[in-house]
Amino acid sequence: MALDEIQIGGLGASRKRVEDARFIRGKGNYIDDFKLPGMLHMETLRAPIAHARITSLDTSKAWMTPGVHLVVTGEMAAQHNLAWMPTLSYDTQAVLVTDKVRFQGQEIACVVADDPYIAKDACEAITVEYDPLPPIVNPQQALAPGAPIIRDDKAGQTNNICYTWEVGDKENTERVFADPNLQIVSQDIYYPRTHACPIECNAIISDYNSATGKLTIYLTTQAPHIIRTAVALVAELPEHMIRVIAPDLGGGFGNKVPVYPSYVIAILASILLTRPVKWIEDKTGNLISSSFARDIYFHCDAAIRKDGKIQAVRIHADTDNGGFFSDAQPTKFKIGLFHSIFGCYDIPYGYMTAQGHYTNKAPGGVAYRCSFRITESMLFQERFMQTCAYEIGMDQAEFRRVNFVREFPHRTTFGFLLDSGDYDKCLDLGLEKIDYYGFLERQKQARSQGRLLGIGISTMSEPLGAGNSREYDIIGIKMFDSAELRVHPSGKAVLKIGSKTQGQGHETTFAQIVTHELGIPADDILVQHGDTDNTPFGMGTYASRSTPTAGAATAMVSRKVRAKAKKLAAHLLEVSEEDVEWELGRFYVRSAPNRGVTIQDCAFAAYTNMPDGLEPGLENNAYYDPPNMTWPFDVYITTVEVDPDTGEWDVLKFIGVDDCGVRINPMIVEAQLHGGLAEAFAMAYHQMITFDSQGNCIGANYMDYMIPTAWETPHFELYEVVTPSPHHPIGCKGIGECGCVGGPAAFVNAVVDAIAHLGVRNIDMPCLSSRVWEAMHYKHDVPGTPPLPGT
Amino acid sequence: MPEFRNVVVTVNEEPREAEIEPRLLLVHFLREVCGLTGTHFGCDTTSCGCCTVLFDGVPVKSCTVLGVQADGHEIITVEGLGSPSELSPVQEGFHEEHGLQCGFCTPGMMMTATAFLDENPNPTEEEIRWALSGNNCRCTGYVNIVKAVKWAAKKMATSGVSARGAAPIR
Ligand code: FES
Ligand code: FES
Repeated sequence: MALDEIQIGGLGASRKRVEDARFIRGKGNYIDDFKLPGMLHMETLRAPIAHARITSLDTSKAWMTPGVHLVVTGEMAAQHNLAWMPTLSYDTQAVLVTDKVRFQGQEIACVVADDPYIAKDACEAITVEYDPLPPIVNPQQALAPGAPIIRDDKAGQTNNICYTWEVGDKENTERVFADPNLQIVSQDIYYPRTHACPIECNAIISDYNSATGKLTIYLTTQAPHIIRTAVALVAELPEHMIRVIAPDLGGGFGNKVPVYPSYVIAILASILLTRPVKWIEDKTGNLISSSFARDIYFHCDAAIRKDGKIQAVRIHADTDNGGFFSDAQPTKFKIGLFHSIFGCYDIPYGYMTAQGHYTNKAPGGVAYRCSFRITESMLFQERFMQTCAYEIGMDQAEFRRVNFVREFPHRTTFGFLLDSGDYDKCLDLGLEKIDYYGFLERQKQARSQGRLLGIGISTMSEPLGAGNSREYDIIGIKMFDSAELRVHPSGKAVLKIGSKTQGQGHETTFAQIVTHELGIPADDILVQHGDTDNTPFGMGTYASRSTPTAGAATAMVSRKVRAKAKKLAAHLLEVSEEDVEWELGRFYVRSAPNRGVTIQDCAFAAYTNMPDGLEPGLENNAYYDPPNMTWPFDVYITTVEVDPDTGEWDVLKFIGVDDCGVRINPMIVEAQLHGGLAEAFAMAYHQMITFDSQGNCIGANYMDYMIPTAWETPHFELYEVVTPSPHHPIGCKGIGECGCVGGPAAFVNAVVDAIAHLGVRNIDMPCLSSRVWEAMHYKHDVPGTPPLPGT
Repeated sequence: MPEFRNVVVTVNEEPREAEIEPRLLLVHFLREVCGLTGTHFGCDTTSCGCCTVLFDGVPVKSCTVLGVQADGHEIITVEGLGSPSELSPVQEGFHEEHGLQCGFCTPGMMMTATAFLDENPNPTEEEIRWALSGNNCRCTGYVNIVKAVKWAAKKMATSGVSARGAAPIR
């Protein structure tokens, strides 16, 4: 009899997490928990102003502080050829300032001392004099005639534009827009800066062993293998002499993909001092200097037929990239995968232009819980769909339905290949669960009594799981992933993967894939990750890519192992391989099903009783290059009540319907959605990190950048639809980011819907009660764009 | 040179004596002096609650207490929940209901929940959400944390065990 897959923790089991055992006992291993013999501590001094030349820098008092071992300035970094470093977008970024400060919080100097308290004291003992320059805090100022050139370090840079890009069919799009029978709808929306801010900040311990020449880096990183390659390039050390260990991560959300300047200096310091150097970033440092997300301005026009069919879209996006262009994104796409916009809608023509701008803000564009700027595109898409529905006088659910893609495969307006989905089914389920038509009635009644109810819908399909390697790479490294599986004589196994968990539960779920393929109970499989000396090369975990890539590699390597086990089974059963059949956990003789051997029997035989000519052992590896992205589809619907006197709003009910294909561990999938939806709610509700006209970061700590607690966060009610991915070996699609990507529009749409009868079409996020109040009382849209000088 | 002070703090029922700088935060005393790294440091503004410990039974944010202020007092950290062989109801609840992802907020979250359940063993969802509103979690969206606390309450009711495990909080 075949094994009960759920019972042994296979595909579809809501298996409890193995990671929990250490975390609930306080035995996790985060970077700050490591103490190496002789370890020193580093602190970073940051610039207090946004744009200024440094006229003098005096570190003498810092050097004299007892317990200080090293003070590194830009000048000293330059002597080691480390004043500048490459970014993931082929730009350069200052490691420590040598010429001028380009954003508030930029790294000026680092101090290494016996303990962090001393290092902080010594940072305070450094005196810096600045000659201020006019700060530029948004693209409008960056483009203004006579604006100072922020990147005057770059030869040939004569303005503040960091890139331009276009995609689509300009000619045909313009032709459609010229058709007088079509209604044109337009909208401007701003997606404000946000910050991923995992609770654990960035952190490193660099340990250079002068005897062996080996550099070991303990780093809170989502992508240890990419970091090793980057360090090899910058430090000019060979890769086999660098080991990156990423232990437990206290969250990541995209914030822990880049290389940050303080990492470079910690590595340099440990090489110069030949002692381990630890740097733990503080929260303010994290919030003001590490990679931001979003900060993008969107303009869209749509040409719509009377029956609601969109015939063409025309889009322009301006991005505020900060002082250095440091987005982690596929090389070919200057604005990430933003052009996946309108993917789930069948729109014949589209044309998009995008322009990036340098400003005096921290480098931005990190893919915060999303695949390379998809969050931005989906917010704009779904906000705009609602506006279009209002303008042409159609029900917002119906309007989406009229435009849905129904036949697969489908090539989207901007060139992506959608391969699967059942959008109507998801939408129907969502509408039923929120009692859509009943709510519309109640909304009407409530309005007549002066109460403001609103309902917001967001539907989207996003490409998750980069690559394939033909189209996707980061600084030339192709996007694939890997797995290595070793089955021991006892039949228990170790799986090593190229991706890296930050809380997603890889140690639990990746074992379940092996269980599904081999019938080895999940509890008998140890999953290892996050150590470059000990795992195969992989691109890491972001862009919801672990299951689509490393998960696929895990299924493929399991199949390779099974193929070899079959040979062993034939040998043990004394039949030819063709006569052997497989069922979960067991091979048997086709003509005599009772005669069989377990996978554990085969594993034992691989080391004790192999047939002549067969290599001993039972292990293999697989590199998986997906043929396409995976395309989950998600429907988020929420109802809200807005207080007509104060503009405050409460979520009444939230429904999510997600189709992420086959679910490996439903419990974990739901929890990933909860997390993403909470972040979506946060951005829509009150979480705000902005800049004043001088470039001061407002939101530099958790008091000002308020991430919501259990008290504000609503409950999320979730449902599933399953359309397996046609190309993923076990039918899975990415999911980790869907809530964060699709969620924000649902909340904003609901708030706008509550007051749309007053003519309001847009309130930029966050929908603070003051903004909602302004929109209601003055009956106009409320933009959230950053202030101009003098305001 | 900074002056040092002698302190004796009872941590998880064991007295710890040390010479410390008066400016040393309790969270650093626990982590660096006592070697108990389960208590995490997450922010600079007493906001995140990762560092929550029980101070004479009351949950406090140990990043905002000086080590010297704990002299003569009793501290319970996450390492003091349950016993080596058994989990406390709160620890078990977090595991059973998938109340944690990256685990960074978890010790603080569990300490707050432990003190709360000892005071209110049969809470509503609203009471749980309010009680935890001094603790941030960036991963879970709180849905399963609320469930975990409910699970623990039920376990306490059926087993007669206190939130912290066999030994009641003093
Ligand atoms: S570290 Fe104590 S509240 Fe954040
Ligand atoms: S589990 Fe990651 S912060 Fe709460």
